[in-house]
Amino acid sequence: MAMSVDKSTVSRIARLARIDIGEDRLEPMAGELNGILSWIEQLNEVDTDNVEPLSSVTGHALPMREDQVTDGNIPQDVVANAPETMSGFYVVPKVVE
Amino acid sequence: MSSCLDLSAVEAKAALAEKKISATELTQAYLDAAARTEALNAYTEVTAEKALAMAKASDDRIAKGEARALEGIPIGVKDLFCTKGVETTACSNILNGFKPVYESTVTQNLWDDGAVMLGKLNCDEFAMGSANETSARGPVASPWKVAGDDKSYAPGGSSGGSAASVAARSSLMATGTDTGGSIRQPAAFCGVVGIKPTYGRCSRRGIVAFASSLDQAGPICRTVEDAALMLQSMASHDPGDSTSVSEPMPDLLKGLEDGVKGLKIGIPAEYTMDGMDSAIVSLWEEGRKWLEDAGASCVEVSLPHTKYALPTYYIVAPAEASSNLARYDGVRYGARMEGNSLDEMYAATRAAGFGDEVTRRILIGTYVLSAGYYDAYYLKAQKTRRLIQQDFTSAFSGVDLLLTPATPSAAFPIGQKITDPVTMYLNDVFTVPASLAGVPAMSVPSGLAANGLPLGLQLIAPSFREDVLVRAGRAVEKAAAFSAVATGVAGGRS
Repeated sequence: MAMSVDKSTVSRIARLARIDIGEDRLEPMAGELNGILSWIEQLNEVDTDNVEPLSSVTGHALPMREDQVTDGNIPQDVVANAPETMSGFYVVPKVVE
Repeated sequence: MSSCLDLSAVEAKAALAEKKISATELTQAYLDAAARTEALNAYTEVTAEKALAMAKASDDRIAKGEARALEGIPIGVKDLFCTKGVETTACSNILNGFKPVYESTVTQNLWDDGAVMLGKLNCDEFAMGSANETSARGPVASPWKVAGDDKSYAPGGSSGGSAASVAARSSLMATGTDTGGSIRQPAAFCGVVGIKPTYGRCSRRGIVAFASSLDQAGPICRTVEDAALMLQSMASHDPGDSTSVSEPMPDLLKGLEDGVKGLKIGIPAEYTMDGMDSAIVSLWEEGRKWLEDAGASCVEVSLPHTKYALPTYYIVAPAEASSNLARYDGVRYGARMEGNSLDEMYAATRAAGFGDEVTRRILIGTYVLSAGYYDAYYLKAQKTRRLIQQDFTSAFSGVDLLLTPATPSAAFPIGQKITDPVTMYLNDVFTVPASLAGVPAMSVPSGLAANGLPLGLQLIAPSFREDVLVRAGRAVEKAAAFSAVATGVAGGRS
């Protein structure tokens, strides 16, 4: 690891995460993230050769179910909390010119 | 003068059954207590009308001899649980105004058993914090005070409102969620009981997601017996959560008083750290002696990867959070900020809606999952997580339970630790390993620090052995005879 985050990296990951980080916050944020990442780097000490990554603690296979409709016909509920709707649809800023 | 607020849930159940008190009276007493302790900021919303309607329904059922397991018991709900028609924001501005059109499975289970909803409880924003200071609804003050000190102390987090409210007796029981210690640490700070069950015991359906491979709901209560009763109701197999388990929950109340005779308890050598409160070290030794006096045998065990649990957690949890929180886009719920394009709208909405700690964690998560860094961070953490789980598996091949401190210190004053994220993260050093391994664990109030603030011991059991967990928790509770009551308690004992 031993990688360090700079201003441009913060700007890049903020764009990936779709969060505006003001120009004045980029440098302090880089410092905060480096503080956390350098502390995390102690994981380099751990020998993980031939260790399977663990993504689920239960060990259960995900259950399968019949591919059938079990819910629905509630468009008004689905859009009930949306900031802007029209005739049961979400409204977003224009995407295609 | 004794008050109905002094009763545990099990005692209240008996008083209700014997018609010594009505559910309406009990609920009104808690609503009054919530109003008297408003300054603690434990509640984000008190749903008085709903509470009284539910209490009335409980009174009707009790009159007809149809009382259910939690009939008429007033419960507070962490604001992470979706409650139909009642604002649910995970204490984040990005969910302002969100009123779910459905109920979480866990809260539905509680209502189906007759519990009464008092309202929603404050927590860290998206459950990311250890002091309840990241909440967009403001910090919660613990009802505990230090003699001769005016400062307000943190109740812990993220279930800070839940623990503070149970300790202040403004709710009889409360739901919590625990991703890395968010039930056990605040329970320890507030002198109450908290259980994080085995991963998969409680359905995550309708709980605002933080880190899905770690999130578990659990009870925060005044006694171990109450916590066993409440967990029994919360847990269920739910097809609505693909990681919900179908293993039947043992009857937790049945063997509760059976004691620990013959049990083998492991004392993990690694559960210690520099600067640990000496009162905690002696409490841990005392806890060992209590269990031995009750007939258990205690042995030293080793969980060699313990020190790597916290850094592992701070890769896994933010990674999952960055993915889970991608859904807050200003389209489907919450407030929206305007932008010239869809992307600008997203970025402006998320910048305005997320607080500092949540933003930090989303960025860390995005970074460790991004091209070129995935193997070095995320994959490495998943492999270390396997080693941490194996530590528990091998420890439990020789012992029935583990006994550890719940936290490395007692509560700290509000505002003291928020400046440095890593210092704040260290609060969870003893609770995170069990979360990563998915095993059940509980915090039991066991003693007081030199300044009079509560301290907790943690018990950890193998997966699906909540029965052994609560039995040992009850033994520790009896031996500790913890009777201190917070100074800010809402009436009752003085």
